[in-house]
Order: sequence, then structure tokens, then C-alpha cells
Amino acid sequence: MNMIKLSWKYLIAKPLSTGLNILLLGLGLAIITVLILIQDQFENKMTKDAEGIDLVVGAKGSPLQLILSSVYHIDFPTGNIDLKDAMALSKNRLVKNIIPLGLGDNYQGYRIVGTNHDYLALYSATFSQGNAWEKPFEVVLGHEVAEKIGLKTGNTFIGSHGIGSSSHEHDAHPYVITGVLAPMGNVLDKLILTSIESVWYTHDEEHDHATHEAPVAKKGFPITDQDREVTSLLIQYRNPIAAVQLPRFINSKSALQAASPSFEISRLFELLGIGVKLIQGLAIVIIIIAGLGIFIALFNSLKERKYDLAVMRTLGASSWQLFLHIVLEGVILTIMGAVVGIAIGHLFLVILVMQNDQGAISTLSAAVFLKEELWILGYAVIVGILASLIPAWNAYQTDIAKQLTKA
Amino acid sequence: MILRAKNIEFYYDSNQKFQIPDISLDAGDQMLVIGKSGSGKTTILNIIAGLLKPKSGSVTIDGTDIYSLKGSQLDKFRGKNIGIIFQKPHILAPLTVEENLQLANFFVRENTQMIEPLLKELGIFDKKKARINTLSEGEAQRVSIARALVNKPKLILADEPTASLDDENAAAVVRLLQTQAKKYNAALIIVTHDQRVKDHIPNLIIIGGQL
Repeated sequence: MNMIKLSWKYLIAKPLSTGLNILLLGLGLAIITVLILIQDQFENKMTKDAEGIDLVVGAKGSPLQLILSSVYHIDFPTGNIDLKDAMALSKNRLVKNIIPLGLGDNYQGYRIVGTNHDYLALYSATFSQGNAWEKPFEVVLGHEVAEKIGLKTGNTFIGSHGIGSSSHEHDAHPYVITGVLAPMGNVLDKLILTSIESVWYTHDEEHDHATHEAPVAKKGFPITDQDREVTSLLIQYRNPIAAVQLPRFINSKSALQAASPSFEISRLFELLGIGVKLIQGLAIVIIIIAGLGIFIALFNSLKERKYDLAVMRTLGASSWQLFLHIVLEGVILTIMGAVVGIAIGHLFLVILVMQNDQGAISTLSAAVFLKEELWILGYAVIVGILASLIPAWNAYQTDIAKQLTKA
Repeated sequence: MILRAKNIEFYYDSNQKFQIPDISLDAGDQMLVIGKSGSGKTTILNIIAGLLKPKSGSVTIDGTDIYSLKGSQLDKFRGKNIGIIFQKPHILAPLTVEENLQLANFFVRENTQMIEPLLKELGIFDKKKARINTLSEGEAQRVSIARALVNKPKLILADEPTASLDDENAAAVVRLLQTQAKKYNAALIIVTHDQRVKDHIPNLIIIGGQL
């Protein structure tokens, strides 16, 4: 027998009230857990995916949409830009590197992204199978894509027009898989990468077999004498001055729009922040109610237990032991609430991820445990102590002789 | 000398003082404190048990003046040296019979190895894992006796242990208390208004005038 076991026995003697209090506190803490997990992973992923990209240039429209579509591949592109404009920009002395992107097709919901080998280098991608594309219609699969659609090097597939939902299939040009990426833990996992040329030729009406066999551009822009378009450009600055001059320069040109990932993302978090604060507030209210519930449960049980407490004193328990006995009861209750809350939070995320196997939510993982979750445990203990302080003080002051005589 | 209560004075209202005789008992002695309801016999028991500080006078148990002990020292002393049996069993309901006894051991930080022998002796060993609500009244009473004895007290105090029992059971409980007290060489005080107990313990003091 020890103090913890004693308090535990009193808790399980009232399973209904104990269970209810644990559940209520657990719900409040589960909401906080989910918020912490989602916020952390989103922020982590978003900074990771945008690393090395100073500026995104695309067609005019919403700057946030441009960032979401070109960096995170979750929204629709704002439109296409003229290849000549793009190439003109690459000659700017403020631009260190420029990576063109051609979007517009998908395979089973996974986006096919036309780009060059610099895009792989940007994320230091490594291959688990095969190599990067060399010719038109050769593609490289992100780790998750390969896993989900079950294709490997050497297999072919036919892309569909559109992003997410397909309108028609480009059945004239099957893609050949030349490589599969190792798991990267970033946006590449969900992409199908190919050359800009592949994207162009897929959409062409006539087929020139000579060009289809020619090697593709691995750096910079493909060389062509035709009127071609790309969707967007990922730019790295040459120096800090570029951050000031380049966006203004580009935005003043009528056809193009420049957006900074870090600026747009902080704007996005600011917008989401209001919702997050609201949910956080709700969670805190639930936690306070749970704390009150525990207080009331302990306080009420104390009335019936005064006699038990007096008996414990006759058996040799000190006033402080009775105090500890009640506080422990509150703390055990809240620690269990915290464990249940963290478990519910992770479970909720598992279900959420299971129901959305594509899109932004699917990048989340429920198997991540954060330092902040230990804080939840800490907060729970504080709630437990606060809720049990007054009942424990009452227990401390139990007048044994009076209690025993009252019988 | 196990117990010496000297010059004890106690009152809630100074016009109505309790008359409390000096008491002294040796190890193995047995005494009956008898009196009407409201005569103050439970007050005496509480004072001897270290639960109620008298206005003046001293209670010495096994050489220790218990009211000179402070706070938790007194609690530990009580747990170790005084076994108290109440009118109602007051077994802690969330715990099993065995755990009730273990708790008494725990609070004095000693394992007296008495739990099994006591339960066997009192015929409730098969109820070891039972909870209070599955016990009969007689069994519960025996559990409370076992719990009072588990720390091998030098002094056993029983407050109206026979009040709610029929003649047969009352006699059995008193006999049980007597044999257990003898066995462990503890002093025994039974406080009661129950005339039936008088036949068993000749050494008695009467509180609050004649019955």
C-alpha cells in the first residue's frame, strides 16, 4: 500500500464520476494536442518546402494562390506566362538561379510537374531507384506516389489533363518511369516530376518524333523557336538587394506577378490564426470546466469521506498525508486525462489523415510526438493541483475526534 | 505501566466539566469505562487515544507523554501504539479487507507480518480479498478488530463495540477482544453503556454518576 495506490483505489471506487472527469479533461486536451500537432507540422513542412525559394513568379492573380500552387502544389495555378518573358527575367543580374515549372496534368490525382534538374537539386533529392529524366516523356516518381500507385522504374502510364480532377487523358503519349525518389519528407514525395518539354509535347496537337527523341534541358529553359509557355518560375536571389528590387520590378511589368513564399505563408498563418485562437479558446473553456468538475467531485466526495479520513488518522496518517491523498487524487485524474487527451488527439489525426489521402492534410502524420505534448501533461498536473487544493485543505483540517463522535 | 492518565480536565463549557478519574493500566490489564450516553465516556476515550487534547493533565502511554508530541509525531505514535475499535466497523469501502490492514501498516511504515495470522485467527481469512459491502456485520466488526491489532498496539481502545449486536455476538466480541489483548499483552479499555459487558470485565469505572 502506498499513497498513490490509496488515491487510485478511491478513484476507481467511483468509476462513473472518475471516467467522466477524465473524458471531459481529455477532450479539452485532445483539441490542444491536435492544434499543436497540425500547427507544428504545417509550419515545419511549409518552411521546409519553401526553403531555397526566394521568389515565385507566375501569371497575375492571387499571390497566395501562386505560392500554394507552385511551391506546395495544393492550389490551382494562376495561369501561364510567356516563355519569352520568363527567359528575359533569367538574364536579370539580381537572379542567381531560376527554375521553370510547367503544371497542368496529373496521374490519379498526383500532379505531374514539368521542370529541370535544378528542381531536384533544390531539395537535394536522392533516388531509391533509377535516375532522373533525360528525354521527353520520361518521369521520376515521388516516393509516396510510387508506393500508392504501385509503379516502378520501367513502367509506363498515361497522364490526364487537369489538376486533381481530370478532364481527358493524354493517351497519345505514355510516360516512362526512369526513377523513383527516396522518401524526402517534403512536397516531392507527392509529385511526378518530368521535363518541361514533356508537358509541352503532351499538349501539342501534332507530333514531331525527332524532337521527342532529343534530350531535354537539364538546366535553365528548353531551347525552342516556338511560342511556348511555362506556369511559374522559382527564383533564388543573387544578393539581399534583390529582395527589395526584384519583386517591385517584376510586379510593375504587366504580364507577370512575383510573390515571396515567406511573406505569403506568414500572411496565411495570420488568417488561420483567428480560427486557431477560437478553437484554442474553446479548448481552454473545456479544460476549465473539467477542472471545476474535478473540484466539485473531490469536494462532494469529501463530505462522505470525512469519516474515512478520520479513520486514517487513527491508523497513524498525518494531516499532510491526508492533504497529499486528496491532491494525488486530483493529479492522478488529470494525468490520466492528459494521457487520454493526447491519445484522442493522435487518434483524431490518424482518422483525419486516413480520410484525406491526398491534399494538404495527407501530409500530416499522427506518429509524431512533440515536446509541447509534455507541456500538456504539465498543464494537466497544474489543473489537478488547483482543483484539489481546497478539498485537500479541508481534509488536512479534519477534526478527528469530532468526526468519530458524530457517528 | 502502559497507560497513565493523570489530572485530566476537559470541558466544552466551563460550567459543565467532565469528571474524569485518573486511570492507570499495566500491560495485559483490562478495564471497562461505563456510563450513560452523554456522560463523556467517548470524550475520555478520545483523550486517551490522543485524538482530543485535554484542558489540563497528562496522558502517558508506555512512558511517552502523548500530548507533548507534535502533529504527525502524535499521529505516528497513535498508529503504532494504540488500536481503536469503533462502534461501527468503519472499514474503508474502496479497499479490500487485506488492503485495509495493509494501510494501517503503511501509515506507521512497518510491516508487522500480522495480516495473515490475524485474519486466520479471527476466521475471516477467506474474506481477504472481499470488500466491505460483501461482509456481514459480524465479519465487518472482526475486520475492524483485526485492523486495530495489526500494528501490535500496546493499548487497545474499544468504543461501544457491542452496541448493535445481540447478546450472543456481544459476548463473542468482548471475549475476542479479551483474548487478543491477552495474547499480545496489550492493555484493553472498553468504553460502553452496555450493561452486558460488565459480566466479562470486573475492573470498571463509572462515569457520570450511577447507572
